[in-house]
Amino acid sequence: MLRNGPDAFGWVTILLHWTIAILIAGLLVLGYVMTRPDIDPVLQFDLFQWHKSFGFTALGLAAIRAVWWLAGRHPASVAGLSTPERHASFAVHILLLCLTLAVPVTGWALASASTLDIPSFYFNLVVIPHLPLAKSAVAEALWTTAHAVLAYGLAGLVLLHAGAALHHHFIRHDAVLVRMLRNRWRDG
Amino acid sequence: MSVRLTTLTAALTALAGFALQVSASEAKAPTLDDAAGRYDIDGSSQINFKVGQVGGGGISGKFTKFSGTFQLDRGDISKSVVEFALFPETVQTGEPRIENFLRSTAVFDTASYPKIVFRSTKITRTGENTAEIEGNLTAKGTTRTEHFEATLTEWNRRVIGFRIQGGVYRTRYNMSVGIPIYSNVVQFDMMVNGEKH
Repeated sequence: MLRNGPDAFGWVTILLHWTIAILIAGLLVLGYVMTRPDIDPVLQFDLFQWHKSFGFTALGLAAIRAVWWLAGRHPASVAGLSTPERHASFAVHILLLCLTLAVPVTGWALASASTLDIPSFYFNLVVIPHLPLAKSAVAEALWTTAHAVLAYGLAGLVLLHAGAALHHHFIRHDAVLVRMLRNRWRDG
Repeated sequence: MSVRLTTLTAALTALAGFALQVSASEAKAPTLDDAAGRYDIDGSSQINFKVGQVGGGGISGKFTKFSGTFQLDRGDISKSVVEFALFPETVQTGEPRIENFLRSTAVFDTASYPKIVFRSTKITRTGENTAEIEGNLTAKGTTRTEHFEATLTEWNRRVIGFRIQGGVYRTRYNMSVGIPIYSNVVQFDMMVNGEKH
């Protein structure tokens, strides 16, 4: 039930998938809103801190997800997928997995390299140290660009991924979306 | 012979200098009583502050435009008055984005409140060269009572210098942004120099 089965996802995968999905959606919205130039400065400061705390949460969960993915079994592809479709699906899933790690890491790097030197105080509970990067305006600008480009790339990929899932569900009437929603496999 | 003479002369001079110092400090130490008069706070003063941050370090800065006066009463320091005004627009921290943030509505709101003003209400002597200054601090449209410790560091007929230290809770002045990442307490450590009027 917890682990993936031969052709179904276990609860750990399902729970991680949707938690990370909600976090990514929220972080993208937060990231967009908090960087609007006319935003109230107090609100902006607070939104940045929420963004960092939720971002670190996403990074931690994505790391667990990656380990779970590497260590566990992968359910067989849904019947009816062509070889190019399977390859495309595999590529998108690998890229998604990499970006869910790379986007928060570049965010961590930009906070670390920033000359603002604002501590990352995870939900006001514990300080997460900066990465050992030299602080400079140039380094901060570089990591900011990397973070934004990868984040919008991730957003695009999420749309592709969600669009494909909806296409499978509503047009092709297969189990692609449904099997990420409920766990229906029994240990043989 | 000449070497020994030089050594002896040097020793005597040093001793004489020491004796002179001792007698000078006994006869006329720079105490607050002797410093009576009115002084204008001059540009050589350093208005430094620090706000600590979680995990160590913090934001250190200074204000570069300010003005004020000391009116030191002869014989009764408690009748003395300190008035001070600073322009938060001139805040310097070494990071322009932090300075702009401090000028914004989040902190000083310098567009609406260009001046921060302090006027003492009570000065209590706490030692030979030290006093506690109590007074009203007005910032961002709010007035509260604050306390500072002053130590006389320099005095002659023209100039007087104090080191003035104290902590101010910024929540009292509607500048709560960033707590608890940044401390609520702003630590002031100021070298305030006055020139006799």
